[in-house]
Amino acid sequence: MTALLSLQGVSKRYGAVKANSGIDLVVDPGSIHAILGENGAGKSTLMKLIYGVESPDAGSILWKGQPVTLASPADARRLGIGMVFQHFSLFETLSVVQNIALIVPGRQADLARRIRALGAEFGLEVDPEAMVHALSVGERQRVEIIRCLLLEPELLILDEPTSVLPPQSVARLFDTLRALQARGMAILFISHKLEEIKELCDTATILRGGQVTGRVTPRDHSAKDLATLMIGRAMPPPLPATPQAQGEVRLELSGLDYINDDPFGVSLRDVSLRLHSGEIVGIAGISGNGQQELAALISGEVMRPGDAIRMMGRAVGGLDAAHRRRLGFAFVPEERLGRGAVPDMSLADNALLTAHSAGLVQRGFIRRGPERAYTAAIIAAYDVRTPGPEAEAAALSGGNLQKFIMGREMMLAPKLLLASQPTWGVDIGAATDIRQRLVAMRNEGAAILVISEELEELFQICDRLHVLHKGHLSPSLQTAATSVEQVGSYMIGAGA
Amino acid sequence: MNAVDFILAGMLAAATPMLLAALGEMVVERSGVLNLGLEGMMALGAALGFITTYTYDSHALGFLVAAVGGAALALVFALIVLGFVANQVAAGLAIGILGTGLSSLFGKSFESLTISGLPKLALPLLSDIPVLGALFVQDVVVWLTLLLALAIWAVMNHSKLGLIIRAVGENPHAARAIGFRVLRVRCAAIAFGGALAGIAGAYASTVYTPLWADGMIAGRGWIALALVVFGTWATGRVVFGAFLFGALSLGELTTQAAGVNIPSQLLACVPYIVTILMLAVISSNRRRMRLNTIASLGQPFEK
Repeated sequence: MTALLSLQGVSKRYGAVKANSGIDLVVDPGSIHAILGENGAGKSTLMKLIYGVESPDAGSILWKGQPVTLASPADARRLGIGMVFQHFSLFETLSVVQNIALIVPGRQADLARRIRALGAEFGLEVDPEAMVHALSVGERQRVEIIRCLLLEPELLILDEPTSVLPPQSVARLFDTLRALQARGMAILFISHKLEEIKELCDTATILRGGQVTGRVTPRDHSAKDLATLMIGRAMPPPLPATPQAQGEVRLELSGLDYINDDPFGVSLRDVSLRLHSGEIVGIAGISGNGQQELAALISGEVMRPGDAIRMMGRAVGGLDAAHRRRLGFAFVPEERLGRGAVPDMSLADNALLTAHSAGLVQRGFIRRGPERAYTAAIIAAYDVRTPGPEAEAAALSGGNLQKFIMGREMMLAPKLLLASQPTWGVDIGAATDIRQRLVAMRNEGAAILVISEELEELFQICDRLHVLHKGHLSPSLQTAATSVEQVGSYMIGAGA
Repeated sequence: MNAVDFILAGMLAAATPMLLAALGEMVVERSGVLNLGLEGMMALGAALGFITTYTYDSHALGFLVAAVGGAALALVFALIVLGFVANQVAAGLAIGILGTGLSSLFGKSFESLTISGLPKLALPLLSDIPVLGALFVQDVVVWLTLLLALAIWAVMNHSKLGLIIRAVGENPHAARAIGFRVLRVRCAAIAFGGALAGIAGAYASTVYTPLWADGMIAGRGWIALALVVFGTWATGRVVFGAFLFGALSLGELTTQAAGVNIPSQLLACVPYIVTILMLAVISSNRRRMRLNTIASLGQPFEK
């Protein structure tokens, strides 16, 4: 049997970084093939090479045994390769059918009919006339998949397709993919989630640091073996999660309403929660369900005078972010560049932005020595890989910058910490470290609110959970007495 | 001729230079590029159009040369902002000043010369309507401009080309990921916008007031830029805004002629003030602004 797609010694470098080096990959027709690797292992680069977004520096790509040059995605589509992107390549101000008409030939009325037909056949229902900005993340993914399927590809690439889905939708996606496989389509499934790969995929190619470190049949291996191949060492030990005695209420939201006049935003309805010292409470939910709005209201970026938000026993609705920080509040925002850090300022100056009260300023002047020492301490304690405190924030990789920002806020020893996606894009080792430090902070009496899309993470560290869906917050759930499925049904608004 | 007849007869022609330039700029901005050099491109088109029409006695040739000149200057802008990824605001201002300077240079020896304009065509039946009939007696360029507005509306909203331009303007990275040549689309849009700005300038200098005077564009390019925002990048609202401004500027002339005792400088401000007020009112609808604003406008794109 001739391989559908094979790569031989494919390499790609960006500046000094070898994103892919000497990659060999063979995808058989009608197989579901996993590409497994951590963030930064080179998975996305490899897919861009296969889909013609980038060109390899060395090596060759064979399609059905014939060498091919993929100069653009249009070339790849002509051969029969379709791709569903992780960060969707959809246009929010266009309708579903307009988005599809961009690359699928045909009249829009005919396309709309075909979209409905495909949707019914493969469980990908979506309204062709809906505007994309009004769709949920799961629906957007269906649009991306339908757009590929309409071109009748022989190979479908999905880049981290489950990272944005609630558990129920993952099962549904897998049904769709198996139905496509039954029709003879080959699928390249990129992921870092071991259990999913074991469940779905026939073969797996494992990448680490831009190189292939293993080719396995995932069903025959334990998740632990796969993880070892993926991160190059044994999995870090699980966290000690002993519930702590609860202290005073540090954050209280009571009936918080927020009408958002941004048409792409979400309004919050009657949100109530209590967070005590000595506990970690998680906010689960798919992003875009009000997380940004909630974080902005708690951090003081959006001020709404009134009694609905109380911190350390004080109504803070009318206080700005600086005031709230003076009460002992610290905040790690979701966007690292632009909110969490100023891209073209040095790490030292970025540290100063929130840590100025830690003795770094005297009579209005910056004390450069202490500023540098403080920054160096963050860099050392949180294993930030950077030349030093003078490096620009924008020069750090996403994961490293995240470690720096987490470190900066945690070094302040806040009474109340709000962390949005605390380990997003951070490798497994460092993520475990950050989680351990959060637990340690809790044990010392801090109150911590974590907003995260990673259910696994929330179950690992949180004492209690809430789920945010379309601006409504679920009742409080004791993590130890709650199942992933229960949280999943709140995530899609079904309740439990 | 009373004031109403005067305004009805003249407002379309008065609006046409702004409208042509604004339609082109709307397409450019929809693709994600902010071209602040519009005024200079109009000025260059006005000078080249007048010189050509005066020399060869052909309006058509004048418009053609003006379009080519406007597009050429726009391509210099495209080279700077797309090729060298320079700041669009600074580059646009510089190109605008260059265009205005070139128009003065080329037009120097044609100062205050005049030519004849274009004949007015009356639309049958419509032009016989009492009072409103005056609206339907216009030169051919006015009618063609309205047809062009219709065509641009159709292309932007109902064709694949329009979808591609809007996609590139909303999210150039996604557009590239699915295989569109972002820089090529933007370059073509900039050239189109420049050509229309050149034609707009030539209309002002060879038809609307058929003479060459240095500085005759007199801020129309800036008004066109404002109209695009005022119209929230929608063809219909841009057309409406241009007519409103045209009518207001004629209203100012009739008020002056009627001898109303208001300082003329104050009257001359009225169209600008009313346009700014309208702009403020329309942009105060945050929902509409958010839905229509071009997400990548003015941001450089690098592969």
